[in-house]
Amino acid sequence: MIDACLTLGLIVIKALVIIAGLMLLAAYLSLAERKIIGFIQNRIGPNRVGPWGLLQPLADGLKLLFKEVILPSKANRYLFMAAPVLSIAPSLAAWAVIPFSPGLVLADINVGILYLFAMTSLSVYGIVIAGWASNSKYAFLGALRSAAQVISYEIAMGFAIIGVIIAGKSMNLTALVEAQSGNFLHWFWLPLFPLLVIYWISAMAETNRLPFDVAEGESEIVAGFHVEYAGITFALFFIAEYANMALVSTLTALLFLGGWLSPFQGIPILETAFLWVPSIIWLFCKVSFLLLLFLWIRATLPRYRYDQIMRLGWKIFIPISLVWVIVVATLVKLKVAPWFA
Amino acid sequence: MMILQKCMRFFKSLLLWELLLGLKLTGRNLFARKITLQYPEEETPKSPRFRGLHALRRYANGEERCIACKLCEAVCPALAITIEAAPRVDGSRRTTLYEIDLFKCIYCGFCEESCPVDAIVETDLTHYHFEKRGENILTKEKLLAIGDYHEQKIAKDRAEDAIYR
Repeated sequence: MIDACLTLGLIVIKALVIIAGLMLLAAYLSLAERKIIGFIQNRIGPNRVGPWGLLQPLADGLKLLFKEVILPSKANRYLFMAAPVLSIAPSLAAWAVIPFSPGLVLADINVGILYLFAMTSLSVYGIVIAGWASNSKYAFLGALRSAAQVISYEIAMGFAIIGVIIAGKSMNLTALVEAQSGNFLHWFWLPLFPLLVIYWISAMAETNRLPFDVAEGESEIVAGFHVEYAGITFALFFIAEYANMALVSTLTALLFLGGWLSPFQGIPILETAFLWVPSIIWLFCKVSFLLLLFLWIRATLPRYRYDQIMRLGWKIFIPISLVWVIVVATLVKLKVAPWFA
Repeated sequence: MMILQKCMRFFKSLLLWELLLGLKLTGRNLFARKITLQYPEEETPKSPRFRGLHALRRYANGEERCIACKLCEAVCPALAITIEAAPRVDGSRRTTLYEIDLFKCIYCGFCEESCPVDAIVETDLTHYHFEKRGENILTKEKLLAIGDYHEQKIAKDRAEDAIYR
C-alpha cells in the first residue's frame, strides 16, 4: 500500500515537473514569437517589462488571470467552460510518453506513437465544442473550418508516421530514436525526407498556425472559435496552442531528427569533442530550431485560401505520402545501408 | 517548350522553391539593423522648418516685435488669429489682444510667412496638451512666454533655414 502510494506520488511529481516546464516553455514561446517576428520586421519587439522584455509573459499571464470571464448569453455554460479544458488537457497529456533522453520518460509504453496520435487528434474536440457552445456565428464558423482542416491533415500526418514506424520497426518512441543511431546522416530525415516535409506542414495545419490559421481569420471571423472567451479561459486556449506547437516540434525531432542523439555520433574527432553535451540538450536544440522555423514561417508566408488548404491536404500530401510509404517499405525490405542495414 | 516550362513549374512548386526564397529574405531581415525608435527616450530628428506650437518673439532689448499690422490675421485661412490694436503710452502701435485658437489652427505657417518683423513664429514644439476648456486659446502672454523660453532654439532654426529663403 505504502509502495503504491510512493509510486503514485513519484508519478504525480514527475507529471507536475513536466507541466511546469511546459507552461514556462509556452509562456516564453509567446515572447520569442513576438521578439522574432519583430526582428524579422525590423522591429525590436517587447522590451519594456524587465530586461529585454523577459518578464512580459508574466505580465500577460497576470493580466489574463485577473480579467473577467464572460459567459455569453444563451451559451451552453457547461460546454463553454469545459472546452478550454478539453483543449489543453490532451496537449499536456501527450507529453507523458515523450522521451527527453534515454530513460527520461514518464510512461514508456509500447504504442507511444499511437497514444500521441490519439492525443493530438483529441484537441480538435476542444475547438469544436468551444465554437458550438459560444452561441456565436464567428466562433461556429471558425470551429467548422478548424475541424475540417485538422481532420484532413491528420490523414497525411498519419501516413507520414506510418513511414516512420516502418523505418524504425517499432511504435515505441525510445526504440524509434534508438533506430536512428549513428551520425546525423543516419537519422530518418534523409530517407524519409518527403514525409518529414509533409509531417511538418501538416503539423502546422494541425496546430492552426500560419499559413493555415483560417480558424481565426481576423478580417472575416474575428478570432474564430475563441472569440467569446476572455481572461483565463482564453489563456488556456493560448497555452494549448503553444504547448501543441512544442509538442509537434518535439515529435518531429524525435521521429525524423534523431531525438536526443548527438549529430556527431560515430564521427572520429567531433564525437569526443561534443561528448560532454548531455543528450537532453541536443533534443532541446533541435526542438528550439523547429520552433524557430514555426515562427519564421509565420513571419514569411501569407495565409492559404481555404480551398487551397483542402487541395494541398487531399490532392497533394496524401498521394505523396502514400507513394513514399511504399518507397520506404521497399528500402527496408532491401535493407538499404546505412539506415536499414 | 511549353512542356518544359510546365515541368519546371511543377517541380518548382513541388520543391517549395518560392517559399524557400521567401524564407531566405525574411531570414536576412532577422539579422538586419532594427529601425525602431524608443519614443519617450528617442525622437525623430525635426527639420528647422517644422511647424509646431506658435510663439511671439522679442528683440534683443526686450521690446516685443509685433507691430499689430494684422497681416497674419488677414492671411490666416482658418481664421484662428484674433488681434486688437491700440497705441501704447509711448505712442507706438501695439496689440492689446493677440490670440490664436489652436483648435482652428491648421499649422500652415502662413502667419510666419506674412509677418514683416518675424514676430509670430511656429516653433518645433509638439508636446503640448489641454486639460481645461479654454486652454486651446493661446493668449498674448502665453505666446510671448513661449517665445522667451525657446528664443535660442527659434533663432537657431531661423538662421539655419535662412540660406534657403
